[in-house]
Amino acid sequence: MNLFNLLGKKTFPKGIHPEGFKEETHDHQARRLPFAHQITLPLSQNIGKPAIPIVHVGQQVQRGEVIAKADGFMSVPLHASVSGSIKKIDLVPNARGNKEQAIIINTALSSAQTHIIGNSNDFTSMSRKDLIQAVQNTGMVGLGGASFPTHVKMHIPDDCDIHTILINGCECEPFLTTDHRIMLEQIEFLMRGIHIAMKAVNAPKAIIGVEDNKLNVLEAIQPHLPADGSISIEAVVTKYPQGAEKMLVYSLLGMEIPSGKLPSSIGVAIFNVATLAAIGELLPHSQGLIERIVTITGDDLNKPGNYRVPLGTPLSHILEYAEFTGNEAELILGGPMMGMPVGFLDTPVKKGTGAVLVLNKRATKHDDILPCIKCAQCLQACPINLNPSELGMLATKRKYDVMEEHYHLNDCFECGCCSYVCPSNIPLVQYFRIAKTLNHERHIMETN
Amino acid sequence: MAIQPKIGIRTSPYIHKAPTVAEIMRNVVYALLPLAAYAVYQFGISALVLMIVTVLSCITTEHIFCKLSDKKTTITDASAIITGLLLAMTLPPGFPLWMSAVAGFSAIAMGKTLFGGIGFNVFNPALVGRAFVQAAFPVSITTWTPALAVDRFVQFIPSSLALPFMKPVETAEWTTQVAIDGFSGATPLALMKFQQIFTDSYDLFIGFSTGSTGETSSLLILICGAYLVFKKMLDWRIPAAVILGTVIAAECFYLLDATKYPSPAFMVFSGGLMFAAVFMASDMVASPVTPVSIFIFGLLVGFLTVIIRLFGGLTEAVMYAILFGNAATPLIESYTQPHIYGRNK
Repeated sequence: MNLFNLLGKKTFPKGIHPEGFKEETHDHQARRLPFAHQITLPLSQNIGKPAIPIVHVGQQVQRGEVIAKADGFMSVPLHASVSGSIKKIDLVPNARGNKEQAIIINTALSSAQTHIIGNSNDFTSMSRKDLIQAVQNTGMVGLGGASFPTHVKMHIPDDCDIHTILINGCECEPFLTTDHRIMLEQIEFLMRGIHIAMKAVNAPKAIIGVEDNKLNVLEAIQPHLPADGSISIEAVVTKYPQGAEKMLVYSLLGMEIPSGKLPSSIGVAIFNVATLAAIGELLPHSQGLIERIVTITGDDLNKPGNYRVPLGTPLSHILEYAEFTGNEAELILGGPMMGMPVGFLDTPVKKGTGAVLVLNKRATKHDDILPCIKCAQCLQACPINLNPSELGMLATKRKYDVMEEHYHLNDCFECGCCSYVCPSNIPLVQYFRIAKTLNHERHIMETN
Repeated sequence: MAIQPKIGIRTSPYIHKAPTVAEIMRNVVYALLPLAAYAVYQFGISALVLMIVTVLSCITTEHIFCKLSDKKTTITDASAIITGLLLAMTLPPGFPLWMSAVAGFSAIAMGKTLFGGIGFNVFNPALVGRAFVQAAFPVSITTWTPALAVDRFVQFIPSSLALPFMKPVETAEWTTQVAIDGFSGATPLALMKFQQIFTDSYDLFIGFSTGSTGETSSLLILICGAYLVFKKMLDWRIPAAVILGTVIAAECFYLLDATKYPSPAFMVFSGGLMFAAVFMASDMVASPVTPVSIFIFGLLVGFLTVIIRLFGGLTEAVMYAILFGNAATPLIESYTQPHIYGRNK
């Protein structure tokens, strides 16, 4: 059982306490970002299959219209985030550096940019199957960053019985405040989304988990909770990576998700607050996901804050609007612990982009990598209880198979705590990513 | 966009917060300084010069070996200073200086650089150095001189200045001149072992007894250790486990025959045990990292110490106990990997 809960604090063992830097944006109400002249919507915005375009070059589209349809169950449709004309459907470089198909739309600047409203859905009277279909129609993916199609998550295998859904409002990454703002500004949408999710997975109970650095959220949400106690809100200790699924399940329920299994195997489904708030907003009117709240923060920005950003808006437009003044920076989509680096200012905001982080002076500069002195700091940080020290030494010897077979490499979810605390500056989690990729390739080779 | 910033690319995490290796090592040095000061107060300039010689010997050896192997010198990380200080603390205060230099050389050369430098040593380098001189100079390393001699700040203990490869001057005569009444030249452990005399544990705790340069005051050692624990640069579980192991083993024998075997308190506060538990066994590189193995390692060291002290031919047993423990570390670790989240116990 979870010993911490006996002491009245909901948390998990180990982890780290990085400085939050959240006060820079957590009071900034989400404001609308003006439309960029041109937006780029990659067809692959989710884990699974990319969407299939159903528009042609030159076609006029309205804001909220479906421009690419879902390719089967493991896919979601894509909606136009602006009214305008399709400029081209072509390969564009993505954040990872390779090219992918995208629909590029020229914004109609004279348009009123009204969001299409579809048929109204009354989720209370819909069947679970129809509800999951309606969720897929919104184009929803996990907005916490994983971009896993939400309707797939809601489709629970028959042998699993969901007893609790957890709503993840931890936002444990430093700098990020989007979930915080959503939980203050969109409580009505959020509560509706929670009801929809509970219905879709047939769960009797829901718990909202919020880190205790956002206590004003608890005050704000408390009055909106239903009287029957089916939905509750709990404060968890502010600690990284509290917002990781595995950690939150342990903190709130004292359960462990079995290695390699989904949370549904222990009767739990986990959704991000932003995802459910967006479902609560869009699903009743059959609308599609076309914008999201993004924290724009970091160094050398005159106007950091939370912005309602149309999907497909290029980073250059965002930086210009947030008045970026530096001439040197690292651009990160997401937080400083697990975010993705970006090399092109043309990179568009996607469904999974929760933050644009500009780091310069607060980024740690590269230092010499020294030998491991076995100080065991990484062992005391790893929330999964791995032995990063040993794994790191095996990685430098390229014994990737031993890492996987004897040291449970695949249980690592790459939170980066080990790299964060290493006095020798060993890029541990970076080694582990490489090791996983090479193991994956090796397994493919072996099966063929 | 008007501005075209230079964009840096690397993979997450982008932030990092940890003391550097050099900072950790420096703090260990700071924690050793009060012990060094107390040693100088007790034993005078002999102790001071002894420490200077071992530290210089360690630094020089490391520098030369780095140069010989075409590596960037690692003396700036201060780990060689720790080895030097730790080594000096375990030697008798009147240990001939040239032998101290040999000890420093062998500590670094055989205990550290031979394995690949910092991070790769299997054994605590300082103990390797001491084990070497223990074997090479068995008489000098067991010749103890009294603390608080009157002229200690102006006069060397005669054996300190022995010429290289010459037989050290006998200290017996000098000892009788400077000694306070009743001083026998034997350490509490030797008294226990060979004469069945048990020194009062309180005297041992405070530190007014004969012994190696830095190991006499258990109280001061604990305070210095507490500083490192507070700075999170020392794993408290290691000293705790070593002391626990010693107490358990000593208690067993004490219960068996209290007239023949010393009390657990005596065992814990005598000899180098406290110093070794706090500063030697906890050497990061040579000690285990997984939680269970840390306790097994500590208990093993404590247990072996008692066994060697009671039944071995030597009195300063903790050194060998730790070297054994270091050797067993990889084996213990391989059997005690922690429970992984989401996997059945």
